[in-house]
Amino acid sequence: MATEAQGAEGGGLVFHPMDQFIVKPLFGGTDVGMFTITNATLWMFLAVLAVIALMVLGTSRRAIVPSRTQSIGELAYGFVYKMVEDVAGKDALSFFPYIMTLFMFIVFANFLGLIPMSFTTTSHFAVTVVLALLVFFTVTIVGFVKNGSKFLGLFWVASAPLALRPVLAIIEVISYFVRPVSHSIRLAGNLMAGHAVIKVFAGFAAIAVVSPISVVAITAMYGLEILVSFIQAYVFTILTCVYLKDALHPSH
Amino acid sequence: MATDTHATGDGLADATGVATHSADSAGMPQLNFEHWGNQIFWLVITLVVIYFVLSRVALPRIAAVLAERQGTITNDLAKAEDLKRQAGDAEAAYDKALADARAEAQTIIAEAKAEIAADLKVATDKADAEIAAKAAESEKEIEAIRASALENVAIVARDTAAEIVTALGGKPDADAIDAAVAERTKG
Repeated sequence: MATEAQGAEGGGLVFHPMDQFIVKPLFGGTDVGMFTITNATLWMFLAVLAVIALMVLGTSRRAIVPSRTQSIGELAYGFVYKMVEDVAGKDALSFFPYIMTLFMFIVFANFLGLIPMSFTTTSHFAVTVVLALLVFFTVTIVGFVKNGSKFLGLFWVASAPLALRPVLAIIEVISYFVRPVSHSIRLAGNLMAGHAVIKVFAGFAAIAVVSPISVVAITAMYGLEILVSFIQAYVFTILTCVYLKDALHPSH
Repeated sequence: MATDTHATGDGLADATGVATHSADSAGMPQLNFEHWGNQIFWLVITLVVIYFVLSRVALPRIAAVLAERQGTITNDLAKAEDLKRQAGDAEAAYDKALADARAEAQTIIAEAKAEIAADLKVATDKADAEIAAKAAESEKEIEAIRASALENVAIVARDTAAEIVTALGGKPDADAIDAAVAERTKG
C-alpha cells in the first residue's frame, strides 16, 4: 500500500492514517467520475455479495432444521424484525425490508472494512449522509402522509406549560433537523476514528522498541472495532426505528 | 502534520507530489466532495440491489421457513400430546384388565375353596359315619366276647370246683356249686 511505501522511503516515522480512506479508481487512471469503478464500488459490491451469500444462498435449502449459515440468516432476520416490532410498533413492519436493507448493508460494510487492506465504505460521510437522509426523508414523508398536520404535534409538547411550548417547539425543530447530521456522523466518525487509530499504531510498529506494544495495541483496537462495527450498525438501525415510531405515532 | 514532515524530509521533487496529494484529499478523504457523486451513485445501486434481493427473495423465504418451523413444532407438540393421551388410555385399560383378572382369580379361588370344603365335609361325614358304625359293631363284638368269657369263666369255675370237691373226697353238689360260682362271679 502507498502508506507503507512512502514510510519506507522517508526512513523516518511517517503516518498517513487517512490514506486508507482515499477513493481510487480500480482500473487505472486518476480521475474519479460519477460512474468510475473505484475501490468504494468494489467493497460495496462485496457487501452486496456477502448479503446475497448469507440471506439467499445460505437459506436456499429452506431447512426446517437450519444449517449454520441459515441460522445466522434467520438470526439476523429475527433480530431486525423484533427490533422493528418492539421499537416502532406492529404497523412499522411494512418498513421491515427497508430497515433490514440498511442494517445488512451497514453491518457487512463495517465488517468487510475490518479486513486488512480493505476499504471501509461506511467510514465515508458521502455514504452515511445518504443513508441518514434517506431515513430522514422517509420518516418525514411517512409522518405527513399518515398523520397529516397532526405530525407537527411532534414539535408541540402538549404536556408542557403553555408558556414553555414555543421554546420547546424551537428546540424540537432544531433537534429534528440535527437528526440526520448526528445519525450520519456517528456512524462514519466511529469507523473512521477506529481505523485511523489502528493505522497510527501500525505506524509506530516500525520502531523496534515500541513495536510489541504497538502490535498489542493494534490487536486490542481490532477487537474493539469488531464490537464497534456491530454496535454502530445496531445503533443506526434502532435510531431509524425510533424515528419511524415518531412518524407513525407523533404524540409524545 | 505528518504529510508536511514527509515532504520536507524527502526533498522538493517529492514535495510537489505530496502537495497535490494533500490538496485533493484536504487532509480527510471523506471531505473531498469530488468523490461524493461517485460514492452516492454506487451506494444507491448497492442499496437498491440489496433491497430487491431481500424483499423479493430472502425475507419471504426466511419468513416462510420460520412459519413452517413454527407449524412443525406446533404439530409435533399436538402429536406428542395425542400420543401421551393414548399412552394414558392404554395404561388405564391395562390397569383395568389387571384388576379384572385379579378379581376373577379371587372368585375362582373362593369357588374352589368352597368346593373343596364341601367335598371335605362329605368325605368327613362319611368317614365319621363309617367309624361310628364300625365302633358300634366292635363294641357289640366285645360285649359278646365279654359275655361268652364270663360264661366260660362260670363253666370253668364250676368244673374246677366239682373237680376240687371230688378230689377232696366229696360229692359235688351241682346246685351248691352253681350258687357259689354265681355268688363269686357277680362282682
